[in-house]
Amino acid sequence: MWWGPRPFTQIAVIVAVVALFYVFGRNTAATMSRIGVTPGFGFLERSANFEIGESLIAFRAGDIYARAILAGLLNTASVAVLGCVLATILGVALGVARLSGNLLLSGIVRWYVEVVRNTPLLLQLFFWISLVQALPPPRRALSLLDAFYLTNRGVFVPGPAFHNLSGATVLTVGAALLAWAAFLWAARRQGRLTPRAFLAASVLAAAGAGLALPLTGATASFEVPALSGFNIRGGYSLTPEFAALLTGLTVKFSASIAEIVRAGIQSVRRGQWEAARAMGLHDGQIMRLVVLPQALRVITPLTTSNYLDLVKDSSLAVAIGYPDLVSIVNTTANTTGQAFEALLILIVIYLALNLAVSALMNLYNRRVALRGGQPA
Amino acid sequence: MTVADAPLPHALAHSPARHRLRAGLFGTPFNAAVTALTAAALAWLVPPLLRWTVLDATFSGTSADCAARAGACWAFVGAKFRFFLFAFYPPALHWRPALVILLLLALLAATATPRFWRRGLLAAWPAVIALCWLLMAGAFAMPVPSNQWGGLPVTLLVWSVCFAVSLPLAVLLALARRSAMAGLRLLSVAYIELMRGIPMVAILYVAMLILPMALPEGQSMDKTLRAMIMVALFWTAYTAEVVRGGLQAIPPGQQEAAAALGLGYWRTMQLVVLPQALRVVIPGLVNLAIGFLLATSLLAVIGIFDLLNAAKASATDPNWLGFYDEAYLTVALVYFVFGYGGSRYSLWLERRLGGRTPK
Repeated sequence: MWWGPRPFTQIAVIVAVVALFYVFGRNTAATMSRIGVTPGFGFLERSANFEIGESLIAFRAGDIYARAILAGLLNTASVAVLGCVLATILGVALGVARLSGNLLLSGIVRWYVEVVRNTPLLLQLFFWISLVQALPPPRRALSLLDAFYLTNRGVFVPGPAFHNLSGATVLTVGAALLAWAAFLWAARRQGRLTPRAFLAASVLAAAGAGLALPLTGATASFEVPALSGFNIRGGYSLTPEFAALLTGLTVKFSASIAEIVRAGIQSVRRGQWEAARAMGLHDGQIMRLVVLPQALRVITPLTTSNYLDLVKDSSLAVAIGYPDLVSIVNTTANTTGQAFEALLILIVIYLALNLAVSALMNLYNRRVALRGGQPA
Repeated sequence: MTVADAPLPHALAHSPARHRLRAGLFGTPFNAAVTALTAAALAWLVPPLLRWTVLDATFSGTSADCAARAGACWAFVGAKFRFFLFAFYPPALHWRPALVILLLLALLAATATPRFWRRGLLAAWPAVIALCWLLMAGAFAMPVPSNQWGGLPVTLLVWSVCFAVSLPLAVLLALARRSAMAGLRLLSVAYIELMRGIPMVAILYVAMLILPMALPEGQSMDKTLRAMIMVALFWTAYTAEVVRGGLQAIPPGQQEAAAALGLGYWRTMQLVVLPQALRVVIPGLVNLAIGFLLATSLLAVIGIFDLLNAAKASATDPNWLGFYDEAYLTVALVYFVFGYGGSRYSLWLERRLGGRTPK
C-alpha cells in the first residue's frame, strides 16, 4: 500500500514540501516581476552579444542564446569524452605499474596517487593553467620530437587532416565503418570472432575507407605542426585553457582509476592464478582469460561513477576560463537576467548527461556482470 | 602480467629487509629492467625539481632578491603566510580567526578520538560552531562583515558546519529512502538523485543567483551564509547514500526483535538500528569528509576567499607579483596534510572498529 503505516506523517511531509516550493516559487516570481524580467524561455531565441573563446560549431556575437548553450554543451562533451579516454589509459597503466611487483615503480605510483587524491582538483587546475601560461611563446616553443609543441598560446599536436570532403566521401566511409561494425557484431553473436577475423575485417574496412577518399576527390594527409613566422601551423591546436583542463581532469581521475584497477585485479584470488598456471596457460593468457573477466566485474561499476564525477567536475572549467556549459549558462544568466530558467536548463542538461553515461556503462556492465544461475 | 612473478607475500614478510628489497628491485630480469628505466626517468626529472625547490631557491629577502635567482621564492611564502591564513580579515583583529582555527582543530581532534564519543561531544559541536561564528563576526565589539572573512578559518568553518548540518538531515533522508511509505521514498530518491546528478559549481550558482530571488521581498542574506546553506543541502545527498549503506548492513531481525519488545518506529531507530548502522559507516563518513574538505575549494569560483582563493589572491600583491606556483604548493601541502592524515586515520579507525561491529 503506498500510504504505508502512517498516512498522516506522509501527507504532512508532502504538504510541507509542496508549501515550501509554493512559497519559494511565489517569491521568485515576485522578484522577477520587480526587476522587470518576464519568466519563460523566450530569451533563448534572442541574440547573445558575447564571443565564445573556442567552440566546435561556428559562433559569433549576435547568434542566438540557444546556439551559445549548444556550443557550451559541445565544449563540455568534448573535454569530458577525451578526459575519460585519457584518464582510463593512464589509470590502467598506473594500476598495472602499481602491481608490477617492482618496489621502486609501485612506490612512485603510490605517492603519485596519494598526492593527486589528497589535493583539490581546482588547485591542480590553477597549477596547470599557470604552468601553461608560463610556457615560452611559439617562436621559442618547447618541442617534443619536433611534432608536439608546448607554448603559452596552447599545445600543438600532429593529426590527420582532410580536405575537399563531400557528401559522397562521408557516405562511403560511413558505409565501410558500418559494414565493419556489423561484421564484428554478427561474428561475435555466432561466437566465431577470432583475432585473425578481427584483423582481416579491420584491414578491409580501412582499405575501403582509404580508397573511397581519392575516388570521391577528397585528400587526406597527416599534418605535423611546424613553426612558421610567429606562430605554429598545421596539425591540431589545443588552447591553453583546454589543455590545462584536460591535463587536470586526466591526472586527477587517472589516480582514482589506478586505485580501482588495482583493487579489481587484487580481488581475484591467488588460487585462480595457480589453477590457471596448472592448466598450462601462460601469464598473458591468464590475465586476459581468467583474471580480467573477473576483475572487470569489480572495476566497471566503480569506473562508471568515476566517469560521472569527471563529467560533473569538468564544470570547474569556469574557474580557468574555458567556455564550458556552466560558464556559458552563467554568462547567459547574467546578461539576460533569466537566472532561474538558465540554471534550470543547466540542471536538466547535467541530469540528461548523467543518465546517458549511466545507461552506456550499464549496457557494458551487463556484459561483464555475473549472470544469475548460469556459468559465466 | 607480472603479479604472479612476485614471490608470495608471506614469504616476503619473513625474509630480512635487505633480501626483500633486492627481490623487489632486481628479482627477475624484467624487474631489473623496470627498475633501471624508472631510475633513469627519476634522474631526468628530480634534479631540475630539486634545483627549483632548494638549490636555486630564495628563502629570505624581497621579491627583487627572488627575481635575481632562478628557483622558487620561499621568501614570498614567509612574507604572505598571514595572508594565506586570514586573507582580508582586518590585521588588528587576527587573533580572532587564529582562535577560531584552534577551536575548530580542537573540536576535530576531540571528534576523532573514540574515547570522547559521548553525549557531551554532540552538545559541544553546536556550541563551538556558534562561538566560532560569533568570534569571526565580532558579535560583541568591532563587527567584521563576512565578505572580509578569509583563509583557513573560512575553509574549516564551511567544512565543519556544512558537514555537521548535513549529517542529521542525511539520516532522515536515508530513513525516508528505506521507509515503507512510497511517497516519502519517492521524495527522498528524487532529492538524492537530483543533487548527485549536478555539479557542485551549479549548486553554488544557485546559491548566488536563485536563492536571493527566492527570499521574501526586502530580505537579504549574505553570500557566505547562502553558499553554506546550499552546500550543506548538496552534501546531504552524498552523506545520505553512505548512511543508507549502513542501514542496509543491519539485519531485519534487529528491527523485528525491537518491534516484538513493543518499541515504536522512532525508539527502534534511535536505540537499536542507528547506533549500529552509524558505527558501521564511520570510516565511510571520514572518507566522505576528506572529499568535502577538498571540495570547499570550489568556493573560490563564487569569489569567497577560502584557503585556495587566498593563496591565489596573494600572488596578485604588487610587491610580490606572480608567485603562483609557490602559493599553490604551500596550500597544496595544507590540504595534503588534512587529506592524507584523514585517510590514514580512517584506516586506523576501520581496524579498531572492525573487531566490534555487530554480526
